[in-house]
Amino acid sequence: MRFSVYRYNPDADAKPYMQDYDIALQPTDVMLLDALVRLKETDDSLSFRRSCREGVWGSDAININGRNGLACITRVAELKEPVVLKPLPGQPVIRDLIVDMSQFFNQYHAAKPYLINNDPIPERERLQAPEDRDKLNGLYECILCGCCSTQCPSFWWNPDKFMGPAALLWAYRFITDSRDQATGERLDDLEDPYKLFRCHTIMNCTEVCPKGLNPTKAIGHIRELLVKRVT
Amino acid sequence: MTPPIRRFDAIVVGAGGAGLRAALQLSEAGLKTAVVSKVFPTRSHTVAAQGGIGAALGNMGEDHWLWHMYDTVKGSDYLGDQDAIEFLCRTAPEVVIELEHYGLPFDRNDNGTVYQRPFGGHSANFGEKPVQRSCCAADRTGHAMLHTLYQRNVWAKTQFFTEWMALDLIRDPSGQVLGVIALEMETGEVSILHSRATIFATGGAGRIYASSTNAFINTGDGLGMAARAGIPLEDMEFWQFHPTGVAGAGVLITEGVRGEGGFLLNKNGERFMERYAPNMKDLASRDVVARAMATEIKEGRGCGEHGDYVLLKLDHLGEERIEKRLPGIREIAKKFANVDPVRDPIPVVPTAHYQMGGIPTNYHGEVVAPKGSNPEAPVPGFYAAGECACASVHGANRLGTNSLTDLVVFGREAANSVIEFLQENPGHKDLPGDAADRTLARLARLDGQKNGERVADVAAELRRTMQAHCGVFRFPDLLAAGVQKIKRVAERVARTEIKDKSKVFNTARVEALELDNLIEVATASMVSAAARQESRGAHDRSDFPKRDDVNWLKHTLYFKEQYRLEYKPVHLKPLSVEPFEPKARTY
Repeated sequence: MRFSVYRYNPDADAKPYMQDYDIALQPTDVMLLDALVRLKETDDSLSFRRSCREGVWGSDAININGRNGLACITRVAELKEPVVLKPLPGQPVIRDLIVDMSQFFNQYHAAKPYLINNDPIPERERLQAPEDRDKLNGLYECILCGCCSTQCPSFWWNPDKFMGPAALLWAYRFITDSRDQATGERLDDLEDPYKLFRCHTIMNCTEVCPKGLNPTKAIGHIRELLVKRVT
Repeated sequence: MTPPIRRFDAIVVGAGGAGLRAALQLSEAGLKTAVVSKVFPTRSHTVAAQGGIGAALGNMGEDHWLWHMYDTVKGSDYLGDQDAIEFLCRTAPEVVIELEHYGLPFDRNDNGTVYQRPFGGHSANFGEKPVQRSCCAADRTGHAMLHTLYQRNVWAKTQFFTEWMALDLIRDPSGQVLGVIALEMETGEVSILHSRATIFATGGAGRIYASSTNAFINTGDGLGMAARAGIPLEDMEFWQFHPTGVAGAGVLITEGVRGEGGFLLNKNGERFMERYAPNMKDLASRDVVARAMATEIKEGRGCGEHGDYVLLKLDHLGEERIEKRLPGIREIAKKFANVDPVRDPIPVVPTAHYQMGGIPTNYHGEVVAPKGSNPEAPVPGFYAAGECACASVHGANRLGTNSLTDLVVFGREAANSVIEFLQENPGHKDLPGDAADRTLARLARLDGQKNGERVADVAAELRRTMQAHCGVFRFPDLLAAGVQKIKRVAERVARTEIKDKSKVFNTARVEALELDNLIEVATASMVSAAARQESRGAHDRSDFPKRDDVNWLKHTLYFKEQYRLEYKPVHLKPLSVEPFEPKARTY
């Protein structure tokens, strides 16, 4: 099978280039990650992040034939050849398929992704109705792989000012948690021309999310809350 | 040449559940803390835990921590230390409630309390009937827990050294631990992290097996570092094979599937666990279920063309229940087994999953090693928690859900012990002049190696050897041959070569350094297994098919130096209740 892989090693290369590999895959090489591990056996300088190989950690997010996805849950047999592998778009490349995710994580941290509740700490669990718990479904499952934000043109243009779909999804996860008391403060934080409102509902995020989540919908809910607050 | 030195009050190595819980405690106490992790914290293996965290909250009916304790002692096949197990089970409800307060999105009952599901080996009233004790967030409990703990650390402003790999422990001539040598992966630079106390929360080493539920990063780094620093490894012969790994892929399918009502079938469509465990059936302990499955396969009742797996049936639960309680499993089954469990059963095989042994600690999370006549003298400045540690709460077999409980109970406790130690021991002790020498020599050897072997080839041989010689069933000839083979693999590990010598994010170098740790764990496991002449929990020997409490109710201690083994007594006395005396174990 033929692969065309983005290569860049700042120690050795003046600029990035695409390298072709032809390798015979084994029957056990089902996912793209299996193929990448096979490639690395022949060329140990090929660098990529990987870990769980089951789609729950989000280490191995890369751009596969133009579309962001997780190598470990992408079936290699379903890919068009040559399989073009590039780092997540719009992020500084550290080496080969490894990008610097700092901007992505900074935006995530800026979303205050933690429960805020200033009541005295009760002895037992805080009660939550099953219907209220259900509101967190489709939000808490985010694995922070970065596929969505790095496929979003608004994030490419303003990665320091626009929070990006993942961070906004997390912001909404806490806004909608019946146990959280900081909705006002969280909405105040988002009341800004860039942080949220640079979302132009292009919906790339929802299209590529490997967990099937819908950040656009979460962003829509936040917009509604902001509008409701004004009226 | 001495690498640059950074100073901290405390270092936590590893950012999974135990490391993050420890870090939170230290940050909240105002200590200057560094968390060192090979991966971004939410990519730690805790995230893969599915079924739940065990705690006797009693939300679904009557439950009691003493029942939980009984189940854990029995599950451990009486090898667990009963003081540590009492501490685990008594503290569990409190730490689970704490996680809820941090925001963990637990599933809920109609009255708003945390939903709990049944799980293997957990019973009411000392083995009478299954109990609902596993607190869960669908089948993504580990994910929910790890993210919640990371988020709480963001709130607490914990300092992370992300994508830094700890390479070796620093000890002074008195044996006190003074920090670690670590490699910053992005730059390839080596630093000394000098600390007053060091907590290892480095996780397991399931990657010593060819077929494993474990992530690539689970290479036993903490155990390798400890072994190289002269610290023994405890009970390394006990490896849990999870009954339900996806056949071929190894990906985990939670025991929660059976907790929710799923069951196992052989090729005759027989629910065979009824024969092996008439009372608990598919919810017997993992070692019991894994052996039953392996027996069915061995005796020709396996399914498929090669008869090499059994089936996990859950379609009778209905699509709605599966979507609500087991959505992640459905996703995994579709992706890795090509079946939709709403309609078809999932092909499963016992798969290497969890290491019961590890760095020996007491129930305060202090690392202990023999000194003079004391088999358990604390190593000053050194602490461990989670899968890398052996407290020992899991003994010869861990119960499902107790791993997550272990992480938060002992992560927090180890940090509390550190806080106390630092109050009594102000200031940094001097680093020995040669603190980094052995590590730098190891790196120089790797970079200078000519005509060496590929890391991938040696690692594959290590995994094949463990799989073939130290699996679910163990045979004396295979174990003896395995010891010789693994020693030969160790010689090859010392001669590995990487082609890529560059500094920036050199993952070839990282994999070679990980192999240095894998080989310590594999050797410890094989040598310890060959020596234990009985069958207990996950250690099942054809030549000694019975548990032998007269000769073997004791913990193994393996020392790297000359593959030496020592033994120490099991703590049979709990902290406050009557001991559970060893008796025959049936489910």
